[in-house]
Amino acid sequence: MNGVDFLADSLPVFWAGFRITVLLALASYAGALILGAVLAVLRISPAAPARAAGLAYVEWFRNVPLLVHLFVAILCLPKLGVRIGPFTAAFLVLAMYTAAQVCEALRSGVNAVPRGQAEAGRALGLTFGQNLRHVILPQAARTVVPPLGSVFIALVKNTAVASLIGVVDLTYQFGELARDEPGQVMTLLVAVAFGYLVMTIPAGYAVARLQRRAAVAR
Amino acid sequence: MTTVDEERPAPPELAPARRVRPTPATALYDAFGPRGRRRVLVATVVSVAVLAGFAVFVLYRLDRYGHLQRARWSYVLSPEILRYLGEGMLNNLKASVIAGALALVLGLVLALGRLSGTRAIRVPAVAWIEFFRGFPLVLLILFPYLLFPVYLRAVDPLWYVVIGLTLYNSAVIAEVYRAGILSLDRGQQEAAYAVGLRHGQAMRLVILPQAIRRMVPLLLTQLIILFKDSTLGVAVTYPDALRRGETMGSFEPRVVFQAIIVTAVMFFLVGLVASRLVGVLERHWSRG
Repeated sequence: MNGVDFLADSLPVFWAGFRITVLLALASYAGALILGAVLAVLRISPAAPARAAGLAYVEWFRNVPLLVHLFVAILCLPKLGVRIGPFTAAFLVLAMYTAAQVCEALRSGVNAVPRGQAEAGRALGLTFGQNLRHVILPQAARTVVPPLGSVFIALVKNTAVASLIGVVDLTYQFGELARDEPGQVMTLLVAVAFGYLVMTIPAGYAVARLQRRAAVAR
Repeated sequence: MTTVDEERPAPPELAPARRVRPTPATALYDAFGPRGRRRVLVATVVSVAVLAGFAVFVLYRLDRYGHLQRARWSYVLSPEILRYLGEGMLNNLKASVIAGALALVLGLVLALGRLSGTRAIRVPAVAWIEFFRGFPLVLLILFPYLLFPVYLRAVDPLWYVVIGLTLYNSAVIAEVYRAGILSLDRGQQEAAYAVGLRHGQAMRLVILPQAIRRMVPLLLTQLIILFKDSTLGVAVTYPDALRRGETMGSFEPRVVFQAIIVTAVMFFLVGLVASRLVGVLERHWSRG
């Protein structure tokens, strides 16, 4: 069987894997944005224990490799009576892992707003909430766009790690097909490369565009 | 007049108490008044309560499933098992050191290629960097694992891990170097040309020594990431610490939980110490 026929035959399998990868990336990103915002609030909170908890969370998730977190979810949680499938485990772990990065991006965005801005807001008599909504966050949002974009691109690539705990994503399907047809590995390589680059490269362009727009508006 | 000035207490900005590192978000709020302090107190009490509740819940859960039993932990924390896991960690380190060294050299070549004035050098360098950066690292480790037995011959799994880590990190590190080179003031290059140095000489003698010094903290940070990524060797049966933790659980199913947690804590400690050291180095250099 030549490469083109083989590829045509395995296209449905690839497509199924591709959909899982996209779903996993988008769902985890949404989760990570929400959790990351909560963590950022904890990390800049005036209450010391909340700050400590936020810091501990971020340090744990930044210093332990992603695959180790996945193993914890898939091997340790069942021992505590929590039964979750590979996809749910991967979704939760990727969201929690990425949330640490989102938190740091948001925090540095808020900290990048010059002190004088917040002080000026207070001097005008804005309340904490008003100051945040009208002065700090609009400016922080601009600094935050590029790092949040690269966090997403990293997340898309990280979803591939989930294949190692049995999530039937693009990488998993690639591995299965390659095991069945070792002679076609080169063809599969091109296909799977296309599958990931088709996500990461447009995402990169979108981030660059957003970044330019944010920069002009400043 | 001067005597009056001398007797006046130092302005608050200069008083030693102000030199204490400010809380992360000082820009967001002023010093609290009585009402603010009360609110902070309430928030503190609430967060302590929530954290304590969570800790109690986790401990209860652990105890209910017998994971607090001393025997289970002492088995995993026995010298033999710790050595077994530690040797796995050394395997992570071995793959990381080889791949890190290769990636540092290859990355420099690629960065210089990307900044080269010659199109025939620049285009392949850009293609390499963009291609390997956009790829999931697991796949870059799986490729040689699948390709070698078919087209060459199977080799020690170590080399699949090294190849994957090197390909990916050469691209990432090339971009770190490039950012370092571009962050230098243009005047450095212009001055080098003005004194009659050629492009290569200017790079070697003027630009790179400054750029690399500036980039050391970022390069070290990337090497720590590379170390963490070496756990992906699990995909190609490389006997790293994570795989050993998992293996241990499969021949002693009663300690799966403890084995994985101990492995995770080991990675955490290594990563935390390494990243703190980089932080210390960075502050030390930026001061000097």
